[in-house]
Amino acid sequence: MDDEQTVKTEGGRPPANPETETLDIWVAATEEPEFHPTDEGTQELGPDESDDRLDDQFGRVVADDYLFDDEVAEEERTVLNMGPQHPSTHGVLRLHLELEGETIRRTKPIIGYLHTGMEKTAEQLTFSQGPTNVTRMDYLAPLHGELGYSLAVERLLDVEVPPRAAAIRILMTELNRIASHLVALATNGMDIGALSMMIYGFRERESILAFFEKTTGLRMNHNYIRPGGVAADLAPGWKDDVAAILDDLPKRLRQYDDLLEKNPIWLARTRGVGVISPEEAIAYSITGPILRATGVDWDLRKAFPYSGIDQYEFEVPVGENGDVYDRYRVRVEEITESLKIVEQVMDTMPKGDYRIGDRKITPPPRARIDESMEALIHHFKLFTEGFKVPEGETYVAVESPRGELGCYVVSDGQARPYRMHTRAPSFYNLQGLPIAMADSLVADTIATIASMDPVMGDVDR
Amino acid sequence: MSPILAQLAERFESVTWEESHGQDVARVPGENWEAFARAAKESGFEVCADVTAVDRMRSRPERYEVVASLLSMSHRVRLRMITAVGRENPSVASLTPLWPGAGYAEREVYDMFGIGFEGHPDLTRILMPDDWEGYPLRKDFAVGSVPVQFKMSHQVN
Repeated sequence: MDDEQTVKTEGGRPPANPETETLDIWVAATEEPEFHPTDEGTQELGPDESDDRLDDQFGRVVADDYLFDDEVAEEERTVLNMGPQHPSTHGVLRLHLELEGETIRRTKPIIGYLHTGMEKTAEQLTFSQGPTNVTRMDYLAPLHGELGYSLAVERLLDVEVPPRAAAIRILMTELNRIASHLVALATNGMDIGALSMMIYGFRERESILAFFEKTTGLRMNHNYIRPGGVAADLAPGWKDDVAAILDDLPKRLRQYDDLLEKNPIWLARTRGVGVISPEEAIAYSITGPILRATGVDWDLRKAFPYSGIDQYEFEVPVGENGDVYDRYRVRVEEITESLKIVEQVMDTMPKGDYRIGDRKITPPPRARIDESMEALIHHFKLFTEGFKVPEGETYVAVESPRGELGCYVVSDGQARPYRMHTRAPSFYNLQGLPIAMADSLVADTIATIASMDPVMGDVDR
Repeated sequence: MSPILAQLAERFESVTWEESHGQDVARVPGENWEAFARAAKESGFEVCADVTAVDRMRSRPERYEVVASLLSMSHRVRLRMITAVGRENPSVASLTPLWPGAGYAEREVYDMFGIGFEGHPDLTRILMPDDWEGYPLRKDFAVGSVPVQFKMSHQVN
């Protein structure tokens, strides 16, 4: 004890070991001692702080598929069950992860926890009730589901909606794409740890949902786009609301860039993580931003245009590496492109009717019911029996925020679809999850799931 | 008809072609299902966009139809191929060895219709519980209802 007390601590530094420490005392006017770098100097120029290391820290190096060097015996593989109740699985996604140490070797998504038999339900609902069903599938992009269904039914009916109805559909679905991508950014940020992104993403989305509420009556599950047009015309003053969104969002997007693009943690956790190659994406029927992030220039709005979207100018943003960062980037740029479309639709909104005039398909205006017996009969027949659709089958696909949303409708000539099948983009994109996660670290699981942006309502239906 | 489809039509005489609301539909006999799919893939259909089924219980002698939607990104062409599958032990060749993306879709068809896919690597139920009995999207599977026990229901006549 006495020995320890005699060792004095100087300036918070650890006590020197008397056996190794030699004291250099430089006396003025004697020979200058040899130069010894101080501790502070070594902190600046250590071997770890080389340029390579900095590249790594700033996420400039893309290296997926972290390889585990040592051989691991079969019995040391652990199976980790993740979900279905997990805050970062975006619903009720359950994963079986087979781990070797910290490396994921195999992943098996287990789905079906949100299966409610919506395709069976669709067979019980009339064609005019159908949109209420499909809108609940992909609950972040309800209008795209309604659009796909309505286009399929209209193709079977062989009718074309008026130009104003088509333009309103494009306006609403592109706004919906922005809202959906904002949720993707928000949850992606929250899962990786950029918590403020969650607040900002949801705040901006709310401004779009407020516009939806004004137009359709509901924030979600709108039942707005129906076979034959849309349910109601745009509310008075809609241009001001859309203009406010168009004015506000570019500023917000710049704020997100400041928040994420210059954030070394964000870059390190997204760059080179969860890589999918273009060949894998095509083989596994992956569509949407995940496919485009791999560098494949494929967008149904360009390839098979619907509702007159080919008359508006916009670009299809593509990535390069197919990693989490590129998927995030593609979504941000798609928001910008959708804003361009919304602006063009707002400026060129045609005048006219917002649904077709055929009273066998769309109900008469409410005021006409009090005046005309025929209108009353039409109204009654439409809301009790619905309208009959000629026999046939068709497949119509629209570009939802998650990829190709297809609707396969078979009619046997009755007022209810004989079979309605939805090609759910999240369902197919989920097949890419085991590929993106193979041979990567378990810590990257959350980032990869978030970047796939699965909506479990769409997966399980 | 697009040139790549005309090429396919030439090679397979047993396939009947239809136009359904502007979309090309190929009705393929069950024994040619895989060979036709392979030829379609070689001629440029890189993506199997979707696989589903329809239960034509009363209207057709062959009860089920398996429907696959193919997509050619390079030619911007879609093709729907449909095959009829019989009532007893319904099964058809799997498309998963050709397009791995058809894997989940074929599991869903198996789950919902009980149609087997020969050569599928992992043909198990996907959406319904593993011990579920019956195939929900078949037309003879009743929608049914769950009795709801209201507290005062015994007093209501």
